[in-house]
Parts: sequence; C-alpha cells; structure tokens
Amino acid sequence: MMVFRGFALKYGDNIDTDVIIPARYLNTTDPKELSEHCMEDLDLDFKNKVKEKNILVVGENFGCGSSREHAPIAIKASGVQCIIAKSFARIFYRNAINIGLPILEVPEAVDKINEGDEIEVDFDNGIVKNISTGEIFKTFPFPPLIQEIIKKGGLINFAKERIKGGK
Amino acid sequence: MGKTIAEKIFSNHANKDVKAGDIIIAKLDALMGQDGTSPLAIKVFEELGGTRVINPEKVLLVMDHSVPPPNEGVANLHKLMREFAEKYGTQITEFGEGVCHQVFMERGLATPGSLVIGADSHTCTYGALNCFSTGVGSSELAAAMYTGKLWFKVPSTVKININGKLPKGVVSKDIILYLVGYFKADGLTYKAIEFDGETIRDLSIDGRATITNMVVEMGAKAGIMPFDEKTKEFFKNIGIVINNGIEADKDAEYESIYNFDISNLEPQVALPHTVDNVYPISQIEKIKIHEAFIGTCTNGRLEDLRYAAQILKGKKVNKNVKLIITPASKRIYMQALKEGLIETFLNAGAVVTNPGCGPCVGTHQGVPADGENVISTANRNFKGRMGNNKALIHLASPLTVAASAIKGEITDPREFLD
Repeated sequence: MMVFRGFALKYGDNIDTDVIIPARYLNTTDPKELSEHCMEDLDLDFKNKVKEKNILVVGENFGCGSSREHAPIAIKASGVQCIIAKSFARIFYRNAINIGLPILEVPEAVDKINEGDEIEVDFDNGIVKNISTGEIFKTFPFPPLIQEIIKKGGLINFAKERIKGGK
Repeated sequence: MGKTIAEKIFSNHANKDVKAGDIIIAKLDALMGQDGTSPLAIKVFEELGGTRVINPEKVLLVMDHSVPPPNEGVANLHKLMREFAEKYGTQITEFGEGVCHQVFMERGLATPGSLVIGADSHTCTYGALNCFSTGVGSSELAAAMYTGKLWFKVPSTVKININGKLPKGVVSKDIILYLVGYFKADGLTYKAIEFDGETIRDLSIDGRATITNMVVEMGAKAGIMPFDEKTKEFFKNIGIVINNGIEADKDAEYESIYNFDISNLEPQVALPHTVDNVYPISQIEKIKIHEAFIGTCTNGRLEDLRYAAQILKGKKVNKNVKLIITPASKRIYMQALKEGLIETFLNAGAVVTNPGCGPCVGTHQGVPADGENVISTANRNFKGRMGNNKALIHLASPLTVAASAIKGEITDPREFLD
C-alpha cells in the first residue's frame, strides 16, 4: 500500500522546469546536489519549507517547459513525498513516473487545500484526504503497471527486476 | 475513417493500424540527446546494463547547451558524452557545430514520415520536415538506445489552417507567438498539430521550423508541416533525395479544426514570465531594454539572421543595449559570413558568439543583470531562464529584437522598413 501523510506546500499554475531546476545547475547528475537548488528561482525558502511540508499541492500545467528529468529528480531528492496538481505538463508527467515520484491529478483538491493543511494521499485508490478539514477527494488511480513502476522507485529498478526475473 | 499524419506515422512504426488514443510500442528512426540531458541518459543506460546501442548511427549526441564548457562540471559531462559516443559508435557533434535541433536537421536525421525522439522539449522542431518528433526525458532516451523502441499514446490531432498574406514586418515568429497567446501554455497538451494553409505553404523551411519549435509552449506533443517542393529542396541542399512525404487522408478525423487569417496580424511580444503572455506590439507601453538576443533553435537560422541584418545594416546598437547574436549552427554561421551578415552585426556593435544555446538557457555567454529587461528571439521567458531570476525576458521576432536593440526600447520593426 502506498499512503503518504504530510503537510501541504502550495504553489500556483505553470510552474516550469526552469524554476524547478535552472539549466545552470545541470552540470551534475547527482540528485543531492540538484536538490540543493530545487525551486530556488521561485522560492528561496523552499529547502526549509519542504522539511515541514512535503506534499506539493500545485496548479495547472506543473512542470511545463524543458524535458529535463533533473526536475522531478531534484523534487524527489528534496524530500517531497508526492505531488497533487490540477494538471501536469506532458513530459514532466512521464519523467516523474519514470523516476518513481508519485503524482496525482486532483483539481478539486488543489482548490480546497490550504498551505499547511495535513493531507493523506492513498495512491493505490486515488483518494486524497484533507485531515485538517475532513474533506475527501477522489480521482482515478493509476493502472497497476504504472503504480508498480512508481513503487519500485522508477523505470530503471522496474526494468532491472524484470530483466533479472527473465520477463 | 481516414487517418491524420500522426496516425499514419504511428501505424507505419507499430506495424499495425492505429488510431488516436491507442497505446502502442513503436520503432524509432532516430534519437537525439544534448549535453543537459545525455549525461543522465548515459548513466541510466549503464545502470540498465546496456551493452550496445540499437542503430547507433541514428543516434546524435550534441554539445550545445554549454559550449565551450564554462566550468569543470560541464567539461566532465562533455568528456563522458565523447567516451560514450566512441564506445557505442553513436554520432556526436563537432565541437561548436551548433544547436541540437538545427544540427539534427542539417545532418538529415529527421526525414519526412519518420518517428524521432530527443531528450529536449524542443525536439518537436523537426515536424517542419513532415516527420513526427517529440521530446522525452533522459530515462526514456536511455531505454530507446537500449531497445530502439518506445511506448506512445497516439495523440489526437488538431488542425490549424493559416491563411492570408503576411503583412510587412510580420514573420513566422509572430504567428506562433499569437497562437501560443491564443491557445495558452497548456491549451493543446498531448495533441499533435497539423499545420496547413496558404501562409504556411508560403513559409520557408526556416520559417516553418520557428513555428513547430514552439508548439511545446502550448503543451503539444508534436507539430507537423506539410510536405512540398520546399521540403524536397531542403533535403536536396544537404545531399539527400526525398520525393514523398506523408499527407493526411481527406476524411481524417480531427479533434478540432481552427482557421486563422493573419492578414492583419501585428508584430507580437510575449511579456514576462510566461510564453502565453502575448500582446500585439501596439498595445505595449514603452519598455526600455538593456539586452537583446538573436539566436536559438527558434530563430537562429539564416533567414532570421537576414531579417536582423536588414534592420541593423548601417545602424548602431543603442549605447545602453548589449546585443548578442548567436547563429544556430556552424553551417549557418559560415553562410552568414559569406553574405556579409556577420560584418553588418559587428559594425552595428553586436557581439557574435559561437553557435550554441548559452544565453537562452542561462548557462553562459549572456546572463542579464538584476532588474534588466531583455528582448530575445528565444522560445521561453520563464523567470530565471537566462540565468538571473531578477531579469525580465520578452520574446519577439528577429525583426522586432533588432529594431529594439537600435532604439533601446521595445520597438515596432515597421518603423525601420520601407
């Protein structure tokens, strides 16, 4: 079972991959180093906030822009447990799944969750619970294959296990 | 029911009849990675236990985002790419050969009807040559090098017809800025776009590439241009004979069809910090600028440099403006030298850099100062994009950027055209 519990950290619409991780920091592929600069062009305090509030709740078209996979990697390495968005940009969506960062599109929940609210996300069943207000939001969960890729921590681990298992 | 161009290309590459919405595994014709994304793909390829790259001669690695390397981190990543190319026999660019998308097209790797992926969001550019090309992440590039295939959801197609004669001072960049403003940053997410209409048919391949380059700024997966004599001519010039492209069936099923008449279009400008924040130039208040940049995979081609030179010839850049001009490839640079364009730029007071992405992505060669206004021919004006989150980026055509560089404020290029 994949259930996350934590506090909401909110940002708006069209958060692009350039602010998630600026190109000037792509001189490394190390997740830890990347996480040092995550979101710094948008919110210099992100690094501290995320220690307390590690469920990102964001608006439309999250992750638009560059195809850099460093973006979901930096977010994951920052300690973010999962992202709830109104919508994700196409390439970021695939990249997040491929590196094992849990994401969910629940537009209604985004509108009704406030920064700092305590949230529980039942990823297997597509249920978001706002513990602070008692509201419950439902969406379609991912198909089992995609859930499996995310649970294994991404496409590489998933593929490696399959290759080892002779599948 | 007939098929769209995207459905035809995916059917050909999945070896079965597919339609929009189908999830399929398709064979890939060519792959691209640049120096921001390839190092991660190489790491993933090795972690997967890759021992050979499928069709390595159809894989191009490009050093363009930071070239020559501005720091030791990047220098080491370039070294990693060179060693990988040597070991597995992939193509790799010459040092400073150009921006990935331009070089990929010049090397003839994106042909009509082909299916191409690249680890760069602007991979959609090659649709100018009547192929289906789209951007992916590094893990997917690694998986594609490993298997030669990738899974896709066949996108539904939106058809955009553009008609009317382009007014003076208005070029293909203004068309695509207008469209991004109209559809907004996520308005066409996951869609393929087929472009057609008399305006599109009249555009050069350079002009078409400016439009397909920016379809991702509306969330689209691909933008595809028609195949015609201009496409044939493009390939003839790089020594490849191609006689046929892919056309949609007459009864193809489109998700929607839009018709635009651009006869009265004005030059367009995208204001900070989103690409869809677009206004006609007459509606913009006076904005002083400090830096002007002409180049990139959007507007660093020969036609763009000719537009810039048309405005800059015999003029001087405003003393408060830093004008940076970056040809998109060495091939373009050399032709621009022959035509005297580079001399025009230098006489006007511009800095001409080696081909690459530097200023656009903020890695080096043109980082603006705090509070400065930049006007650029690039495709993105996100906060911090050019390397300083306290600068403000405005996007426009090469004509508008050149005119603005002379006046020191955002300027309608028609003031400089007879």
